Amino acid sequence: MPFDQILVQIVNGLVNGMILALVASGLTLIFGIMDIVNFAHGDLFMLGAYMGTTAYLTTGNFWLALAGAVLGMAGLGAILQVTALRPLVGRDPLTTILATFGLSLVIQNYALWQYGPVPRKLTEPITGHFKLFYVEYPWYRILIALLSAAIIGALYLFLKYGKHGIWIRATTQDRVMAEAMGIPVPWVHTVVFAIGAAMAAASGVLFGPTVGINHAMGFDFTLKAFVVVVVGGMGNLAGSILASIFVSLLESLASIWVSPAQAIIVSFVALILTLLFRPTGLFVPTPK
Amino acid sequence: MSTLAPSPAGRVGDLVSRRAADGPSPAYWIGFALVVGALAAAPMVLPEFWQRFATEILIWGLLAMSSDLLIGYTGMVSFGHSAFFGLGMYGTAAALLWAPRGGALASLWAVTPKLWAAMAAGLVAAAIVAVFVAYFSTRLRDIYFSITTLVFSQIFYVIIFTWTDVTGGENGLTFRQPPFEIPGLLSLRFSQNGLHWFVLAVVAGSYLFLRRITQSPFGMVLQSIRENEPRTRAIGYHVERYKIVSVMLSGIFAGLAGVLYAVQNKFAAPDFVLFLISGETVIFNVMGGMGTLVGPVAGAAVFLLMKEVFSRVFYEYYLIPVGVIFTLMVIFMPQGLLGVWRRALNR
Repeated sequence: MPFDQILVQIVNGLVNGMILALVASGLTLIFGIMDIVNFAHGDLFMLGAYMGTTAYLTTGNFWLALAGAVLGMAGLGAILQVTALRPLVGRDPLTTILATFGLSLVIQNYALWQYGPVPRKLTEPITGHFKLFYVEYPWYRILIALLSAAIIGALYLFLKYGKHGIWIRATTQDRVMAEAMGIPVPWVHTVVFAIGAAMAAASGVLFGPTVGINHAMGFDFTLKAFVVVVVGGMGNLAGSILASIFVSLLESLASIWVSPAQAIIVSFVALILTLLFRPTGLFVPTPK
Repeated sequence: MSTLAPSPAGRVGDLVSRRAADGPSPAYWIGFALVVGALAAAPMVLPEFWQRFATEILIWGLLAMSSDLLIGYTGMVSFGHSAFFGLGMYGTAAALLWAPRGGALASLWAVTPKLWAAMAAGLVAAAIVAVFVAYFSTRLRDIYFSITTLVFSQIFYVIIFTWTDVTGGENGLTFRQPPFEIPGLLSLRFSQNGLHWFVLAVVAGSYLFLRRITQSPFGMVLQSIRENEPRTRAIGYHVERYKIVSVMLSGIFAGLAGVLYAVQNKFAAPDFVLFLISGETVIFNVMGGMGTLVGPVAGAAVFLLMKEVFSRVFYEYYLIPVGVIFTLMVIFMPQGLLGVWRRALNR
C-alpha cells in the first residue's frame, strides 16, 4: 500500500470530517436543547444546497449565494419549528423523530418537484489546485475545511460569551429555571432550530461544488450525522466534532480497500461498537 | 416511559379485568368473521386493478402488524423493519433459484413442495437477521434503539446492493412463482384470487397468533416494559430477554410479509431493504393506531389508498401531501385512526 495514497485519504477524511462536523453540530445543538432528534436535518442540508444554486443563478456570486441560502434556511427553520415542532415540546423524543420524518418526506419531494431529478452543480469560487503527491488537490476543498472550522468556532464563541448564547446554554441545562429567570424559552428553541438549519445550509452550499446536488443526498448525511452525534455523545458539541473527523477518517481510509459505498459500513460498525461498549459516547469523559 | 400514544386512563384496571374475562367477546369474533369475510369476497367484486391492490394491502398490513408488536406493545420504535422484510424476500428467491441441480439432493428437492420450502427459507433468512439485530439493538433504548435498527437495515442494504454476484445487485433476483402444493393431494398454479385467499389466510392466521402473544403473560410483560421499564426490571423480569424475543418475533413476521410479497411479485429487489420501507411501516402504525394490531393494517390501507389517489393528482410527488398529513397526525392525532377503539380491540 503506497504511503502517499494513505496521506491523500487522510487529507480527504479531514476535509469531509469538517463538513460533517458542521452538519452534526447543528443536529447536536438541536438535540441538546430540545430533545428533538431531527430526522430532516440532512434534508435541510440538501435544500440549503439547492437554495444556494438558485441564489447563485440570480446573483452570480458564490458568497452571496452562501449568505442567501443561510438566511433563507434560517427563516425556513424557524417556520418549521414554530409550526411542526413547538406543539411537540415535552412529548416523548420519539414523537419528534416521527414528526421530523414527515417533514423530511415533504422537503425531499418538494426538492424533487422544484428542481427535478437531474443533479445540479454549483461552481466553486476558487479553482486553483496544488500538487499533493500524485493528485492535483483543489484548494477549494482546503477552503471548505477552514471555513467550516471558522463557522464552528464562531458558534462556540457565541455560545460561550454571547448574551443569547448564554441563554441557549441556560435553557439546555434547565428549561424551567431558565424560564423563571425571564429567558423566552420557546423563542430560544426557535432560534436554535434556525441556527441548526442555517448551519446545515452553509455546509450544503460549501459541499455543493464538490458533488452533484440531488434530492436524495440528504438521507446519507442524516444517517452520517446521527452516527457521528451518537459516537461523539448525544448533545456534546466538542464530542460530535471529534467524532465527525474520526468517522470520516475511518471511511476515507477504508475506501482505499473497498468501494465508497461499502466504506460507509465502517462508520456503522464504529457506531455499533460505541453503543455496545461506551454508550455515552467516545469523546466524553467517563461518567462517574 | 417511552410510550408514544397517550395511554388511555385506567390501564392498570384494564390489565386486571382482561385476566378475569376469558377471551374476547362474541361480538369481537363476529366482527372478525365479518372483516375476514369481506376481505375474502373483495377480489370477486372489485375490478382487476383493485384485486391486486387488496392483496398488497394485506401484505403491507402484515408488515405493519409485525412492527406494531414492537412499537405499540413493547414501546420500541423500529426504523429497520425493511431489513427483515427484504431478507424474507431474498431468502425466498434464493431457495427457488439455487435449488440443487444434481445428486441425491436434487431428487430430494424434486419432491419437496417448492412453495413451502421457499417460504421456510425466507423465514429462516429473516429470523437469522432478526437474531443478529435483536441481540445488539435491544441493549439500547428509545431513540438509540431506533437509530441502531436504522443503521442495521442500511448495512444489509449496502451488502445486498454491492454483493452483485449473489444478490443480483441493483437488478435483484427474479424467479418463477411456485405452485400451491399440498404433498400427495394437489398442486395448483396461483390464480389472482387464489393468491389473495392464500395471503388472507396467512395474514389472518398471523393476526390471531400475534394477538394471542400480546395477551399471553409474555405479552403482558412486553406491555409493562412499555409502561415502565425500570419497574418491570425491579419486579424481577429479565427485560433484555423479553425485548430480544419481541424483536425476533416481530422480525419473523416482517419476514413472512416479505415472503408473501416475493411470492406475489416473483422477484426480490434491494429497494425493499431500503430505509424507505421501514419509514412507511412506521407511517402505517402511526396512521392506523399503535398497539391495536388491526390499526396498522388499516393504516397500511389508508396509506396505499392515499398514495394511489394523490399520485393521480400530484404524480410522483405524492409524498408531499402524504408527508404533510402524516406530520399533522403525529401532532394532533397521535393515537391514530383506530386508537379510539384501542381498549376494545385488546380485550
